[in-house]
Amino acid sequence: MPTPPETTPAQAPRASVEDMQLVRRLRDGDESAFMELIDHYHQSLVRLARRYVSSQAVAEDVAQEAWVGVFRGIDRFEGRSSLRTWIYRILTNTAKTRAQREARSVPFASLGGDDEEAAVDADRFRPAGDEWAGHWVSFPNQWSDLPEQRLLGDETRRVIEEAIDRLPPNQAAVIRLRDVEGFGSAEVRDLLDIGEANERVLLHRARSKVRAALERYLEEDR
Amino acid sequence: MSEPELTCRELVELVTDYLEGAMDDATRVRVDQHLAGCPGCTAYLDEMRVTIRVTGTLTERDLSAPVRDSLLHAFRGWRRGLT
Repeated sequence: MPTPPETTPAQAPRASVEDMQLVRRLRDGDESAFMELIDHYHQSLVRLARRYVSSQAVAEDVAQEAWVGVFRGIDRFEGRSSLRTWIYRILTNTAKTRAQREARSVPFASLGGDDEEAAVDADRFRPAGDEWAGHWVSFPNQWSDLPEQRLLGDETRRVIEEAIDRLPPNQAAVIRLRDVEGFGSAEVRDLLDIGEANERVLLHRARSKVRAALERYLEEDR
Repeated sequence: MSEPELTCRELVELVTDYLEGAMDDATRVRVDQHLAGCPGCTAYLDEMRVTIRVTGTLTERDLSAPVRDSLLHAFRGWRRGLT
């Protein structure tokens, strides 16, 4: 079981008071504390593990192994990172070890060949030669005037969920950690072993595609 | 000191750097100037902010009973080893 170093990337938050309370309960063997954690994080950990290993079954297994690493390491948790970051780092370490055993190359090693993808389809802009070349053919719509219940409805969220599922795995991993889970940029770079520029490119492409999917959905019946 | 004006097509590729605060001052000024005169890009930026906000509301489905049981089983095993 790889024990994660409790290194803290710059700007990453330390453990909160709530984290330390949860840690104390875990150390005491409190099952409800463990349930809270698995309800929050297990599925997200499985998805992240999927980035490193060949099948869903192995990813489930890696996540379970990571939880065992969490109990075993909990006495050594000192709170230099948030509890969540620490758990995710145990997962990525466990997944990388498993990937090596599977003789599978760890992703993110190279991003080469990632083709240029435009955030917005080229035909939304006026063509070269036009007096207003590169400007909108017709403006995007403000969404702020849409009713909140439409924006935050189950159907809208399903559209986003499906859009994320269709993303290339690296983009999906970054947008999930940043925008769904709410990790900071420094933590995500640290967890995924990627540099600042890569992280931003992946996030940009992911967000752009999710926005486009949302646009298609929200405007199909305008 | 006279950079060409940004086109909308260029601006949409700068939106993430802009929102992340990962942009030098000169570029930020060019983006702000463009936004000030362009309702289309202002709407686009607003759409991107809405996208981020709604993405942040996604929630996990409940764990399936077998998965939960298997994790709890592992936890109890560890706890018994403790005591």
